[in-house]
Amino acid sequence: MFTFDDNTRLTVLATSITLAILSNKAEADVPGRLISESEIAAWDISIPPSGAGLPEGSGSVADGAELYAAQCAFCHGATGTEGPADRLVGGFGSLTSDAPTKTLGSFWPHATTAFDYIRRAMPFYAPGSLKDSEVYAVTAYLLHLNGILPEDARLDAQSLRAVTMPNAAGFVAAYPSDN
Amino acid sequence: MQRYVNVSEKVAGGGLLHRRTLLGVAAFGGVAAAGKSLAAPLAVPEWSEVPGLPMSGYGQPSPFEAHVQRPVLGLYPEGTGDGAGVSFTPLEHLEGTITPNGLFFERHHSGIPEIDPTRHELVIHGLVRQPRVFTSEDLVGMPLITQTVFLECAGNSLFNSLAEPQQRSAGEIHGLIGAAEWTGVRLADLLDLVGIDPRATWILAEGADAAKQSRSIPLSKIIDGDAMVALYQNGERLRPEQGYPMRLVLPGWQGSMQTKWLRRIKLVDGPTQTKDETSKYSLSQKDGRAQQFIFEMGVKSVITRPSPGIAPTRPGLYQISGLAWSGAGRIVRVQVSADGGTSWADALLDGDARPKMLTRFRLPWDWSGEPALLMSRATDEMGAVQPTRMEWYAPWAPEQLYHQNAIQVWSVAATGEVQNVYL
Ligand code: HEC
Repeated sequence: MFTFDDNTRLTVLATSITLAILSNKAEADVPGRLISESEIAAWDISIPPSGAGLPEGSGSVADGAELYAAQCAFCHGATGTEGPADRLVGGFGSLTSDAPTKTLGSFWPHATTAFDYIRRAMPFYAPGSLKDSEVYAVTAYLLHLNGILPEDARLDAQSLRAVTMPNAAGFVAAYPSDN
Repeated sequence: MQRYVNVSEKVAGGGLLHRRTLLGVAAFGGVAAAGKSLAAPLAVPEWSEVPGLPMSGYGQPSPFEAHVQRPVLGLYPEGTGDGAGVSFTPLEHLEGTITPNGLFFERHHSGIPEIDPTRHELVIHGLVRQPRVFTSEDLVGMPLITQTVFLECAGNSLFNSLAEPQQRSAGEIHGLIGAAEWTGVRLADLLDLVGIDPRATWILAEGADAAKQSRSIPLSKIIDGDAMVALYQNGERLRPEQGYPMRLVLPGWQGSMQTKWLRRIKLVDGPTQTKDETSKYSLSQKDGRAQQFIFEMGVKSVITRPSPGIAPTRPGLYQISGLAWSGAGRIVRVQVSADGGTSWADALLDGDARPKMLTRFRLPWDWSGEPALLMSRATDEMGAVQPTRMEWYAPWAPEQLYHQNAIQVWSVAATGEVQNVYL
């Protein structure tokens, strides 16, 4: 995966507990247990803006429309604008007004992180129940409703990464960020 | 040196007395004058005549305190997001600075998971030398530390961002805050066990709740910082609604990052840009852009007594009591005004003012019975002074409501009724 340079190794060695590990202290004496990245896969669901870690699979706007009507519309409205839960569609040009409408289309900076959120938390009462291709489909549909993707679009890892959200430049980081 | 000053010494308008004034019996002239019969004979109540209840396994508050409850506010209509909402610490019913565990505010995005601690694990992975998994018993066996700090929701006091002042109790406006003695493991110690890859600059912290609530935290808060994985709150294991069996505590920073039901920490090379650091918990500027990663909670105070529902009943002497805090460090000064900010008096800071912890302030007040405007203004050790509502608003878009730390104004009518007002 990666290697440490010598300086880092020294820094790491300086900490007492790590020292214990590296000086052949029995692994059993170290709190916790070792695990491999492959064993973590089922939990490793976070998708950063780059889209690193996006899964296989794909879904179309048309598939997403059906899924949305069946599993999302009850709370987010038939067209994503009616609520009662968070409005997902529209609001373009409203961010500088006195009553901005912040939606997936008008406000979210990345399409990749929308995939992350829908997969981890929606639908509200059955999060994790959608297959990856269904998450691609419903994401595609919501981006279509927001005028970001055409009606015949299909999303997979590569095409999702390629989407530029209208408000991508709308965020300023107050905290020093080195990326 | 004179310890207490004469009761007649007014130090600011509206009847504010010097903070070291002794509130002696003689000073409460109003009590006898109000017509209470001092001659009524004392009765022996029935509880003094029979043995009381036996011992119990877990003590409960007196049934006469049953009205002291967290007001609950769901954010979505029933059936469309139950468990996504808040409950408020009833600040106006509490004293001191430690929040009882059962009254500590809640903010959940998808309810409270019922976690069996023997099946809960915390995995630390990503840009590390070797990923590891920990149970809560693993953590209990490590060197523990205790930090006594407040924890405040970034949305606390949001009602005072609305155009019209809302008539709600002090707790229902400012009660998305609590303070506790947290005991757990320094997060830096845990990261030592997995070995940090030098490319790592942030972590992604994730909960085991249905929302898998996730937030990015810069490594600087962890390495040489005060970030901890808490296991105990005020001496007992965390309550389920506070993240049982383990949660993050990031002293002084917004509550939303202090991941409850912590199940995963991934070391990464930048913020993950999760929903609750972009779509929500970002602060909208006038130009339509939003500021992210404002972590520290600003200097703030609120008078909890008197406050709406906790009203003075007749003219006379009262002790004004309130709370002050700052995510940047210690509170060094709290000033109180009874005349809408025309004049100010220094309040007494009760006990030690500890960094990133609630500080109780007090000031005697001789209420004449005339209408009054009560305010408190805190200053922290960095020199930051709590802003007025107009000052707080200046940089933000009208609908911006996070990190509201403006001065609260309570109006006291001649009847004693206390209301929330904007100046
Ligand atoms: C039972 C009601 C319900 C259903 C069904 C539901 N949602 Fe949600 N949704 C919510 C609630 C409540 C929230 C806010 C959660 C929170 O407080 O963090 C939300 C938030 C969201 C958000 C984030 C909004 C933002 O901008 O912050 C997205 C995107 C979303 N839902 C998409 C979906 C999709 C796609 C589906 C269907 C697969 C779906 N939801 C089904 C209730 C629901």
